[in-house]
Amino acid sequence: MTEFTLAAGAIIGISAVIFWRLINGKTVYNRLLASGAVGTNAIALMAVTGFIFERPDMFVDLALTYALLNFIGVVAAGKYLERHGRDEEEAERS
Amino acid sequence: MSIVAIIVLASGLFFLAVTAIGLIRLPDFFTRVHAVSKSETLGIALVLLGLMIHEGFSQVSLKLALVVVFVAIANPVGAHVLTRAAVRTGLLPWRRPKGGD
Repeated sequence: MTEFTLAAGAIIGISAVIFWRLINGKTVYNRLLASGAVGTNAIALMAVTGFIFERPDMFVDLALTYALLNFIGVVAAGKYLERHGRDEEEAERS
Repeated sequence: MSIVAIIVLASGLFFLAVTAIGLIRLPDFFTRVHAVSKSETLGIALVLLGLMIHEGFSQVSLKLALVVVFVAIANPVGAHVLTRAAVRTGLLPWRRPKGGD
């Protein structure tokens, strides 16, 4: 049990480091990339949390669902920015 | 928990830490995509593989293998979509600043 707690703490610390880029990114693409990386870390965190509470059968389903939602969110935001991103960049610059 | 599972899980955490360091230290968006899309995929695959070794052969480890396969497909596709959007909206790559480093 204690190994899983240590692993969960390490994943939370790594996500906290990525949050600096999520807050302080220079462009919208950097922030979106960091948000996707935090979401991918959350998948591993959910799987480890299931082993901490000794209910992995429930938390694995949550991790699978979260992986699907994270992928759909990143792809939707990327396709949207591919069409409308230039206007937003120019509005940010001016 | 067996020693093999601990080693595999710790190496996965190492690659996740490499991802975080690359995301902080690299100079522009395209190099950061390089850090995230490969190192993050390998890191999460190794973490889930360590959990699968700990669990043994069961329904839970089968679902964890499904998560690994899905992330291995989805993570590079997401990085590619973001990079293509950045290129097509005119984000320029990083150049070394003039006047030395």
